[in-house]
Amino acid sequence: MSAGEPDRSPVTNADVCVVGAGPAGALVADRLAADHEVVVLDAGPRFDPADRLARQERAIRPSYDRPDVWDVGGERDAHANSGERVYPLNHARVKGVGGSTLHWQGMVMRLHEDDFNSETERGVGADWPIDYADLRPYYAAAERELGVAGASDNPYAPPREEPHPMPAFEPSYSDSLFAEACEELGIDMHSVPNARNSEAYDGRSACVGYGTCQPVCPAGAKYDATVHIERAEEQGATVIDCAAVGRLEHDADRVTAAAYATPDGEEHRQTADAFVVACGGVETPRLLLLSESDRYPDGLANSSGTVGKFFMDHLFAGVGGTLDEPTRQNHVGFYTSACDQFYDEADESVGPFKLEFFNYAGPSPVEQALTGDDWGDALLDRLRDGYGTHVAMGGLVEQLPRADSYVGLDPDRTDDRGNPVPEIHWSVGDRALRTIERANEVQRSVLEALGADIEWVAGPDATGPAYHHMGTTRMSADPDAGVVDADCRTHDLDNCWIASSAVFPTSGAMNPTLTIAALALRAADDVRERLTHTL
Amino acid sequence: MELTRRDAAAALAAVGATGGVAVAVRRVTDGADDGRGATDATDGDEGEAPPSEATVRGSMAAVAAVLYPSEVEGVEAFVDRFLDGRLDGSAHAEGVRTAVGELDDAARSWYDAPVAALSESERDRLLREVGADVADEDPEGTLAERVRYYVVNELLLALYASPTGGELVGLENPQGHPGGTESYRRGPR
Repeated sequence: MSAGEPDRSPVTNADVCVVGAGPAGALVADRLAADHEVVVLDAGPRFDPADRLARQERAIRPSYDRPDVWDVGGERDAHANSGERVYPLNHARVKGVGGSTLHWQGMVMRLHEDDFNSETERGVGADWPIDYADLRPYYAAAERELGVAGASDNPYAPPREEPHPMPAFEPSYSDSLFAEACEELGIDMHSVPNARNSEAYDGRSACVGYGTCQPVCPAGAKYDATVHIERAEEQGATVIDCAAVGRLEHDADRVTAAAYATPDGEEHRQTADAFVVACGGVETPRLLLLSESDRYPDGLANSSGTVGKFFMDHLFAGVGGTLDEPTRQNHVGFYTSACDQFYDEADESVGPFKLEFFNYAGPSPVEQALTGDDWGDALLDRLRDGYGTHVAMGGLVEQLPRADSYVGLDPDRTDDRGNPVPEIHWSVGDRALRTIERANEVQRSVLEALGADIEWVAGPDATGPAYHHMGTTRMSADPDAGVVDADCRTHDLDNCWIASSAVFPTSGAMNPTLTIAALALRAADDVRERLTHTL
Repeated sequence: MELTRRDAAAALAAVGATGGVAVAVRRVTDGADDGRGATDATDGDEGEAPPSEATVRGSMAAVAAVLYPSEVEGVEAFVDRFLDGRLDGSAHAEGVRTAVGELDDAARSWYDAPVAALSESERDRLLREVGADVADEDPEGTLAERVRYYVVNELLLALYASPTGGELVGLENPQGHPGGTESYRRGPR
């Protein structure tokens, strides 16, 4: 160990080893740390909270790309693309303590009841082996843990048993403009749940309106997983950063150790009674595939052959334009109203989608000021011309699980540790494209009723991913059809769980993190139960 | 419109102290082809020696007078207060000093006077001759790119992330300013 470097040696007598310090891993660690010896390994660093304003500056300045904000990229994060669409993986993740919640938008909806029974109710996709009712108490617990500001004014949301922990953010001025158009069209608007403090909560301040929620909240008002990592550490958990796990050592029925490398070049083995893999929808299947053996020649926990298969993301649909009046955009970096009215019309042909009313349509004057060849009065004139009348609607669309959309290993390229990099083969499918068209149709009707000049449409040809990696270690009651069971425990290994959106059999169209959190809490209960009685 | 102490504090709140991760600056040692000029200037801050704190502040205020719109007042005091928090010994602060020093070198070489002694029209011309108007900012790039990053955009970021700078555009809580969660709900005034 070099001087000044933290001790990254393994913990002796660990009960639980969690791989990944994002929201799923952090919640599992926090749940178990009081009663068990827990160690968390993360491939990325522990970021200094004092650097958040500097990271915000990176988010605003044009010389930094999105991955630069949280130091993503380089050989550590190398990857390959081989699908019909390029997947910008390093824009879609953060490696380090806190994981991708460091750069997320912070939207936290529950999946709808039919999302758990897509094959039965919609005729496509795969049913989950659990129902909404099974996850419902864990959703409530997850809302308390993350701190969710919301209201019970959404007639299309699934049933809930108690109010959100915090009141919803009030609608924006531009929401009031949209409301008139939506009323004319018979479209319902409602509040939207934010993992962002509308008032002081859990020792963190209320939102102060920095307006850079994605990719960084300097105030800490937006939830990120460092909250639960710190809480787990206070209870005795050990968190080892810059510890890239390259392999899960195992025998026929159990994982025996997580082999990891540290920046000093040392190789370590973390043993434990139970292992929870929480590396997200790309690195989780990659780690399992890297852990192949004579016993599991196609990759660990892959007797079903589904590890890495069925890679899904949500697709963005949007329409934007300008009005001939002020719209007051870009004061905050989150939205306050949404529409789930069309979500449960989903069927075999058109998938579920949700609609969002933007509070940040059009250019940010600060960012605009830093580009262009003008300054002084000319620059101010340009900024005034560019700001003030924009409106936009966005939306997320479900992509079905498809065998030709997958995460594999690229045999021709290795990362900074010599391990094959992930190969992303992303295929979207016609149903998702039709759903984008349907979302665009609704969005266009609202903007036309608003009297907007429509200037852009993110339709089937211009869509992109929402950076929600899902489906690559799917959940199934049938060991031949999925990687994990209903408790997120792998069918093949008795002491290995996966806490991640990787386990989603079908994705729905809601942002996944609240479901990730609920599943993580549920998995933690199963780990605790089995540590007590069987492991 | 008057830039106030609150604006300077708000600009600093937006971008904060410059230490930590803000930039990874490489010390510029080779000025042969990047516009660095002669060393026959007059106030002892010229050449390879880093400019004094007073020179940096004076040059930045002089450049801000060109970059900021004419309806803004109180520029010198605003820049001075902003730099109180930015010239903090960090790598970024060193980048600002170096870029200002090189801009001053160019001014001496081409106009026989440091930036602060030039007329406003000469300062405007100098910035364009250096190429800072058309350059993309880059903390480790050419002189033009570094002047764009450490001087031009440093000052534009300070102004337009402040409440007064935002209000010039019609946005009283600009991105980067922690202006609360009231203004997004208000209609136009």
